[in-house]
Amino acid sequence: MWIYEKKLQYPVRVSTCNPTLAKYLIEQYGGADGELAAALRYLNQRYTIPDKVIGLLTDIGTEEFAHLEMIATMVYKLTKDATPEQLKAAGLGEHYANHDGALFYQNAAGSPWTATYIQAKGDPIADLYEDIAAEEKARATYQWLIDLSDDPDLNDSLRFLREREIIHAQRFREAVEILKEEWDTKKVF
Amino acid sequence: MYTHLKFYHPFVSSFDPCKPILEKKYSTPPHLYIGFQPPNLPQFSPFEALKAGTLWKDFYDPWFNTYEKQMGGVLP
Ligand SMILES: [Fe+2]
Repeated sequence: MWIYEKKLQYPVRVSTCNPTLAKYLIEQYGGADGELAAALRYLNQRYTIPDKVIGLLTDIGTEEFAHLEMIATMVYKLTKDATPEQLKAAGLGEHYANHDGALFYQNAAGSPWTATYIQAKGDPIADLYEDIAAEEKARATYQWLIDLSDDPDLNDSLRFLREREIIHAQRFREAVEILKEEWDTKKVF
Repeated sequence: MYTHLKFYHPFVSSFDPCKPILEKKYSTPPHLYIGFQPPNLPQFSPFEALKAGTLWKDFYDPWFNTYEKQMGGVLP
């Protein structure tokens, strides 16, 4: 089970009315390397991974939902008062036609989220290597989002999220070392 | 100076349609160099850590865009 705390993991402040940024940010909402994919990937893989690293997948998978909520907040704030004309100018006319102002799990190009983005191979090393790659890809996505954005407050939150991806990648790498069961022995091969 | 940003220089043709970018950069964050986290690494204060997104100074590697870099970036 989960316990919900009614606050964001990190504050989300948006200083400019810029619906175009929302269009880009959706990539981390419902994209292949986004937070939804991450959360669902880890929380599903944990059933068939050695006990020692189940807790890690639970923790990180849970945190990804906290990140998802931050991205949702950003997108919501950037679009909530936008007129259909403004959305159209921001390249969100198609989104408006389908969803009005509602959020939807899709990537920046409008492709809906799909479970084919994620895998559970049942092989612990294969799964953890996918997880490491997913974190590095999410880190890169945040880099490109920061490069695209001129909103200093938004970038502050994006930088926090990017740093979390670095830490997640580090912990998944350590999980691989734990499963190799050699990390604390000084061995010369 | 040592940096986690690395650079490479792609081939430039005299027929490139756009003005070539001579130097491309990519990020190699600190966790790539550390391996299994050793004990007793230096920590941020709790407040700094909440801002930075990590408790561990060695893993902190913020990304700034060109404009922010011109403004000097912001550290916790
Ligand atoms: Fe992550």
